[in-house]
Amino acid sequence: MSDAKHNIDVERLRRHYATMGLIRAFEDAAEQAAREGKVTGAVHSSVGQEAIAVGVCANLRQDDQITTTHRGHGHSIAKGTDPAKMMRELFGRAGGTSGGKGGSMHIADFSVGMLGANGVVAAGIPIAVGAAHGAKLLGNGRVVACFFGDGATNRGPFLEGLNWAKVFTLPVLFVCEDNAFASTTRTKAVTAGDGPAARARAIGLHAADIDGNDVALVDATVAELVARLRAGDGPMFLNCRTYRLRGHTAADAAAYRDASEVEARWQHDPMKLTAEQLQRLGVAESHLAGLRQAATVRVAQALAEAAAAPYPARATAFTDVQDVGAPA
Amino acid sequence: MSRITYQQACLDALAEEMRRDPRVWALGEDLGRGGVFGQYRGLVAEFGPERIADTPISEATIMGAAVGAALVGTRPVVEMRFSDFALCAVDELVNQAAKARFMFGGQARVPMVIRQPIGMWRSSAAQHSQSLEGWYTHIPGLVVVTPATAADNKGLLKSAIRCDDPVVYMEHKDLWQVPDDVPDGPDHLVPLGKARIAQAGSDCTIVTWSRMLSVALQAAGALAKDGLEAEVIDLRTLWPWDRQAVLDSVARTGRLIVAQEAVVVSGFGAEVAATVAEELGPRLKAPIRRLGSPRAPIAYSPPLEDVLRVTADSIADTAKRLCASG
Repeated sequence: MSDAKHNIDVERLRRHYATMGLIRAFEDAAEQAAREGKVTGAVHSSVGQEAIAVGVCANLRQDDQITTTHRGHGHSIAKGTDPAKMMRELFGRAGGTSGGKGGSMHIADFSVGMLGANGVVAAGIPIAVGAAHGAKLLGNGRVVACFFGDGATNRGPFLEGLNWAKVFTLPVLFVCEDNAFASTTRTKAVTAGDGPAARARAIGLHAADIDGNDVALVDATVAELVARLRAGDGPMFLNCRTYRLRGHTAADAAAYRDASEVEARWQHDPMKLTAEQLQRLGVAESHLAGLRQAATVRVAQALAEAAAAPYPARATAFTDVQDVGAPA
Repeated sequence: MSRITYQQACLDALAEEMRRDPRVWALGEDLGRGGVFGQYRGLVAEFGPERIADTPISEATIMGAAVGAALVGTRPVVEMRFSDFALCAVDELVNQAAKARFMFGGQARVPMVIRQPIGMWRSSAAQHSQSLEGWYTHIPGLVVVTPATAADNKGLLKSAIRCDDPVVYMEHKDLWQVPDDVPDGPDHLVPLGKARIAQAGSDCTIVTWSRMLSVALQAAGALAKDGLEAEVIDLRTLWPWDRQAVLDSVARTGRLIVAQEAVVVSGFGAEVAATVAEELGPRLKAPIRRLGSPRAPIAYSPPLEDVLRVTADSIADTAKRLCASG
């Protein structure tokens, strides 16, 4: 599988680069807006992890579904959510993905199968498992990708959810973004055993353990795993080794790690790796710069629109709570 | 009308709703063998193991998977066995099921029923006996139902299954074998949020729910022998609760007792008492009284367990004192 990068279609890789660039531009703009106080809530950047979101979602149909985490902007964009609506959500404005009622940690877009980000670590795992259980009951052929971080592997729902998916033979792809940090704590310092893939294998799941910064490798690996899901082989596990290049939130300077460590990790930045790969395949850097520029322009426009958008009507604070016993 | 038990009534309700709507399914531990209280007996034979699903002992994932399955278009009925065990799944209920619709801006609905039996059940001790219904009335997004009779356990469960909101459905473990006259046929629905005047009276109002209804009716019978007419109101649903039915009654009687099995402190009775005080304060003929468990864990030994119970005598004595004043 390590030579997958040599087999990938140039056009497909170029599209991956463009989507990764859109995610990168969105994250950089969102973090900046948070530091300036324009985004009032917490922003958890996925910079450095874009290849996973893109490589996984490229293998899903629009009606396939995903769940994600507090660090979920990339997954939403890769699944097809409009970044302009996402930015409005971060700004708490009308026309946001959740009408301004959820913010960054509760982005959802059911029209593209994005069943929701989540503010509670590991909480998306049982929900994804249930969505797959529902797909199996309804017989609609959908598969579900469940994104979570290495920190989530220490919570009970990780064990429960993997076991459940295995015993009910559900079409779930568990995707662990092994980014080395659980909030501001190094995951290794608080985690026993041999890592997420070893835990998954102990429950009987087939588990791949790969470099999550290599988008071609993620794409090729997931293609194979999703084919097995669709064939009815039951849940699959993918551990993607990566690195969280930013702090836990926009407000976290991450002083608990050396600048030299981070510097070294930037040498393995998925945007850089993919650009180099495309150049080896004959794509000019000027063309790649154009893709990055297009992403920057699109996000700048989303940012301007979000800042100009009206706040939601105050009455919406009481809508969509419940029908029976709704707020009076 | 048929004479059937509380247990048979909910069994019939679930079977009827599963026949009516193929999206309805049930999941929980031991359901394939009828469930721990027999409330699923025989269903797997009719509906198969996919729709009467035996799960691992994984409360968080039973609840969380039901949320996911509800989000994608099925209508799960979750069995938690004991409300005490459902505490292992509070994130999935309170942070996920109750909030998904709101925090996703109305894109999603979570039509699920969460059955979690409550109440003292001889010598079940501190982890199998609690009445935690008040907790869930505090959470926006949830409906909370506490059936007291077989007829209601059929009609309310059917309404809960048809409801598009998440419904916390709390049967009382001491009622499973209690029979009642239950309307026949699949059309017996009891609306959510409507109280029932279980006995009419003009001297004082006793508001109650779940198993405490039978205790309150016993007290009312004793009071009648002393010439006092108590009106007994079964709330049936705690959220939404039938505020108007209670206010109308207390406006007539001028006296209120709220009787609950749960711990009095911060119990749902406090909400009823505060509402009546706010709305009718100056018109009350006597102070409002709340009866319920002292704030102590429930003990195993029968005499110790009984120390915490509200009895018909305690309700009747309280009513007599209230009626003697004003």
